[in-house]
Amino acid sequence: MDSSYGLDLNKPLYDGRYSWFDHSKFGGTVYEPKPNDPSTRTTDPIVTGTSVLAVKYKGGVAIAADTLLSYGSLARFRDIRRIHKLNEHTIIGSSGEYSDFQYITRMLDDVVTDNHIADNNLQPMDPKSIFSYLSRVMYQRRNKQDPLYNNIVVAGYRNGESFLGSVDLLGTHYQDDHIATGFGDHIARPLLRNAYKPDLTKEEAVKLLEKCLTVLFYRDARAYYRVQICTIGEDGVNIAEPQVLQTDWSVGNVTYGYDGRRTALPQA
Amino acid sequence: MQTVEPVLACAPLPNVKEQGRFSPYTNNGGTVIAVAGKDFCVIAGDTRMSEGYSITSRNVSKVIQLTSKCVLASSGMQADIATLHKLLLIRLEQYKHQNGREMSTTSIAQLLGNTLYGKRFFPYYTFNVLGGVDDKGVGCAYSYDAVGSFERTPYSSSGTGQQLVQPLLDNQVAKKHQPNVLKVDVSAKEVEEFVRDAMTSAGERDIYTGDHVEVKTVTANGVVHQRFDLKFD
Amino acid sequence: MEAPIASCIPKGGFNFDLVSRNEYIQQAGTKVPKTKKTGTTIVGIVCKDAVVLGADTRATSGSLVCDKNCEKIHYIAPNIYCCGAGTSADTENTTGLVSSQLELHRLNTARQSRVATALTLLRQYLFKYQGHVSAALILGGVDITGPSLYTVYPHGSTDGLPFVTMGSGSLAAMSIFEAEYKPNLSIEEGIKLVHKAISAGIFNDLGSGSNVDITVITKDKVDVLRNYEKPNGRPYTRQYNFPRGTTTVMETKTTPVRQRVDVIESGVEAMEI
Repeated sequence: MDSSYGLDLNKPLYDGRYSWFDHSKFGGTVYEPKPNDPSTRTTDPIVTGTSVLAVKYKGGVAIAADTLLSYGSLARFRDIRRIHKLNEHTIIGSSGEYSDFQYITRMLDDVVTDNHIADNNLQPMDPKSIFSYLSRVMYQRRNKQDPLYNNIVVAGYRNGESFLGSVDLLGTHYQDDHIATGFGDHIARPLLRNAYKPDLTKEEAVKLLEKCLTVLFYRDARAYYRVQICTIGEDGVNIAEPQVLQTDWSVGNVTYGYDGRRTALPQA
Repeated sequence: MQTVEPVLACAPLPNVKEQGRFSPYTNNGGTVIAVAGKDFCVIAGDTRMSEGYSITSRNVSKVIQLTSKCVLASSGMQADIATLHKLLLIRLEQYKHQNGREMSTTSIAQLLGNTLYGKRFFPYYTFNVLGGVDDKGVGCAYSYDAVGSFERTPYSSSGTGQQLVQPLLDNQVAKKHQPNVLKVDVSAKEVEEFVRDAMTSAGERDIYTGDHVEVKTVTANGVVHQRFDLKFD
Repeated sequence: MEAPIASCIPKGGFNFDLVSRNEYIQQAGTKVPKTKKTGTTIVGIVCKDAVVLGADTRATSGSLVCDKNCEKIHYIAPNIYCCGAGTSADTENTTGLVSSQLELHRLNTARQSRVATALTLLRQYLFKYQGHVSAALILGGVDITGPSLYTVYPHGSTDGLPFVTMGSGSLAAMSIFEAEYKPNLSIEEGIKLVHKAISAGIFNDLGSGSNVDITVITKDKVDVLRNYEKPNGRPYTRQYNFPRGTTTVMETKTTPVRQRVDVIESGVEAMEI
C-alpha cells in the first residue's frame, strides 16, 4: 500500500509557503528567499482576534473571548479558540495577531513543561512566574523592533489566590481586578468597573462577561456572537466550549428616519 | 472545454500601510515629586496608568523603595519604568552582597545616571526623581532627564503634571518671588501636606494624573509610606 | 454707488483672507494655536413623551483641563436643545447661529420651531464647510410630531435614533445604553440612565470629567438641570498665607486725581428727570 498519500516524500512538507497552491498558475509569482535578504518583521497584524475580557471573582478568575479571527474587514475564521490552558493554574487569552499567539502558546507550553520537570517538588509553574516571563519576552521583542503583535491576558489561581495580568506588544504590563483588551478597553471596561466587587460569585462573573461580550458584539465591528467564557479557580480549569450569545435587535424598530422627514418609518 | 476558475485562495492583504511604522514608545502618564528637607526627603507619585484617552489601570505604582535610605519615582513609559526599576534592584542587591552594606543614596544617583546614559541611543522613556538621605543624614533629591543628565536639587518634579507643579515648588519650597520671607527649615509633616496639595492640584488640571497618590518619607530611620486619593475622572 | 470704505466692513460669515498665508507659515514651521476642545461625553435618549439630554462639563486643551465646569447643552429654541462636542468655538457658534435663525423664523411664522427644521439648518451649514467646522452634535426636542432625537456629524451627516452618544466618551456611554436602554422609559428612569451614561464617560474617558449636566424636554416644559451631580470636588485643600508685602513693589508713581479732572464741590442736588 502506498503510504505517501500522494505527497512527494523527497520534498519537505512545509517549504515556507503553502505548497498545495501554485501561485504561478494564477499569475502570481512566488518569492524565493535568498541568503542575503534582510530579515522581515511583523509591522502590521494580518489575521487578528478582537477583545479579551477577564474579571476576578471570589475563588477564581473568569476570562472570555469570541471565536472570530478577522483578516482586515473580512470575518475569516469563525471557530478559533483564543483562550489556551498552560497548566492546572494558568490560562491565557490573546487579542491581536493570531500567528504570534500561536508562537507564544508553543513557547510557553515548552517553558511550562521544562520548568515543571526541572522543579524539585514537581510543582507546576506559578501564574505569576509565567506572567513575569511573558512580560520580559514581549519587552525584549519590542527592543528588537520585532514585536509580538498581541495583548495577552494571563489568568491564574493558585494556593487560594487569584491572579490576573495583562501585557501588550510594548511590554506594558499590569495586574488588576478586571481587564479588557483592545476595543473592550473602551466598551467593556466601564461595565466591568461598575459591576466589579471583591465578593463577586463565579456565576455573577460569568454572567457579567456574557453581558460585556454581547455589548461588544453590538458595537465592535470585529466581534462575534460565538464566544468562550472560561474559568480558573477553586474547582480547577474550565475551558468552556463555545456558546452563542442571545442578542436583541428590537430597538432598531423604533428608528424614525435620519433626516426629520420621517419618510422611512418602518412598521414597529 | 471551459475550465472552472479556482476560488482566489490568496486575497489581497488588508489595509497594509508602509512598513516599519512600529513605534517602540508610548507615554503612560503620571506625575512624580521629590522634596528634600534638612534630614528627610518626601517622594510622591500618582498611580494612574493611561494609554491615549483611556485609563488602563488606577493602581500601578511609580514609586519604588531602593534601599532603606533611598526612593525612586518615575513617570513615562511603564514597560521601561518596570525594567529600569527591576535592573536597579538587581544591581543594588549585587552591591550589597559584594560590599556587605547598602549603596549610599549619592552613589545610587550616579548609578541611575550611568544606567540611563548607557541607553543613550535607545533611551528608557522614563522621567525620574530620586530622593533620600545621604551618608551624612542630610535630605537630598535628584532630578534627571531621560538620557542620564542629572543634578542634586532641593526639590524636583517630573511627568505630565510637571508644568503645573514646578512653579508651585519654586514658590513654596524655594520661596521664589517672596523676598521678605525667610527660608526656614520645615518639618517633614509640612512638606508632606504641601506635596499632597501639589499632587491634588496636578490632578485637578492634568488629565493624566489622578486616582491615588503614594507618598514615601525617607529619614535616617527608614521609610514611611502613606497613600491618599485623588479624583477618578 | 457703494463707498469704497464700506467694502472693508465685514458682512458676516467667515473671513478667508489669511488662509493661504497661514498655510505658508504652517509649512514653514509655525505652530498653529491650540483650540479649546470639549473632549466630552454627550448623550441623549428618547423616553416616554420626553427627550433627556446629558453632558459632562470638562473642556481641554491638549492634556490640560482648561474649564472644569463648562456648559455643553446649548439652547436652540424653547422646545429644542443641543449637546455639542468638538471644538468649543464651533459648537457654540453653530448652535448660536441656528438658534437665532429659528428665533427669526418663529417671529415670521408665529409657530413653534420643529426639531427637523433645526436639524436641516445644522446639517446644511456643516455640510457646506466639509467637516472644517468641528461640531459633533446631539439635537433633541419635542414638537408637534412628538419627541425626537438626532446626531449631527461634523461633515453634515445625520442620524435619528432612540439613544445616541458622542464625543471621546461616546463608547463608554454607549456601553451603558446598549446594556440597559429600553423603549418607553419614564422620565425618572431616563434621567437615571443618562446620569449613569455620563458618569461612565466622566470616570472612564480622560477627555471627559467633572460634573453631570442634564436637560429634560417634554411637551409642556423644559428642565435644565445644570450640575445635576458634582461627583468630582477637590479632595484636599491647604491654606497658604502670604504676609502683607510679599509681592515686590518694583516702582511707585502717584498721580493726583485733581490734576486730571475738575471736581466741582457742591451740595446734593435733585436728579433731573
